[in-house]
Amino acid sequence: MGCIEELKYETVLSQASFKECRDYVKEHFTEHYEVEPGYRIFESYIIGLPPIFIGVEGNAVFFPYTKPCHGTFLLRIESPEEVERLRKMKKKPKKR
Amino acid sequence: MGWVQGVVKMEQESTKQGEKTALLLLGCPEVPVQMGIALYLAGRLEKDGIRVTVAGNPSVIQLSRVSDPEQHYVKRVMNLEKAMADLIEGRVHPDLVVAFAHNDAGISYAATVRHVSPSRLCLIIFGREAEELAKLAEFDCEKIVERAVHNPSQLKRKIDEVFGWAASRS
Repeated sequence: MGCIEELKYETVLSQASFKECRDYVKEHFTEHYEVEPGYRIFESYIIGLPPIFIGVEGNAVFFPYTKPCHGTFLLRIESPEEVERLRKMKKKPKKR
Repeated sequence: MGWVQGVVKMEQESTKQGEKTALLLLGCPEVPVQMGIALYLAGRLEKDGIRVTVAGNPSVIQLSRVSDPEQHYVKRVMNLEKAMADLIEGRVHPDLVVAFAHNDAGISYAATVRHVSPSRLCLIIFGREAEELAKLAEFDCEKIVERAVHNPSQLKRKIDEVFGWAASRS
């Protein structure tokens, strides 16, 4: 997962539980997408309990990033490519 | 780090035909019982003829190598992220995965394993919040739950029951 740490990211939530990150995405982003555990993003894999949601706002994605000793972080990374990829996925965006 | 890299390289050796394999996924090593139980489990499984790999973060790997310098119990180690990538991408198919969890992250790792791998999954939940964490693990797995922090005896007893070693004195 070192690749993500080399990217320009912002931390929205730190050392949270997986559920806290999931709830935050559901509550704060009208546009969010459900992905499977192991979903590949930025050369990394999402670790988590399903359902897993990735939020989208503008050109940025908001996704959970889990570390064994530090819990789950909700990260924001600007990536029009990843936003486009999520929008093209089969699963429809869930509306609040 | 050279010696650790050398050991990781060993994992790339092909397994013997028909040889059963197990992958132990360790969490943060902050709870003392984890390393002792991992050494015990790795040793017992190897004794049963199962090829065991222990995966963890760099601290877990160093703890393992310092605790077991002759590699009597843990013969193969690998980085946790690499192990997860291999499972997710279907590059490895262990017969057994044992996931250790004493925090929310540990449950998340186990849930991911369950989702991407058909392997038998045994989830060892320990630490002060073991019972509460166990409620999060609603996916299909064998759960061993014990509020163990420093003393591994009760946890070992439950592991022995699950793996059929209960009658053994070793």
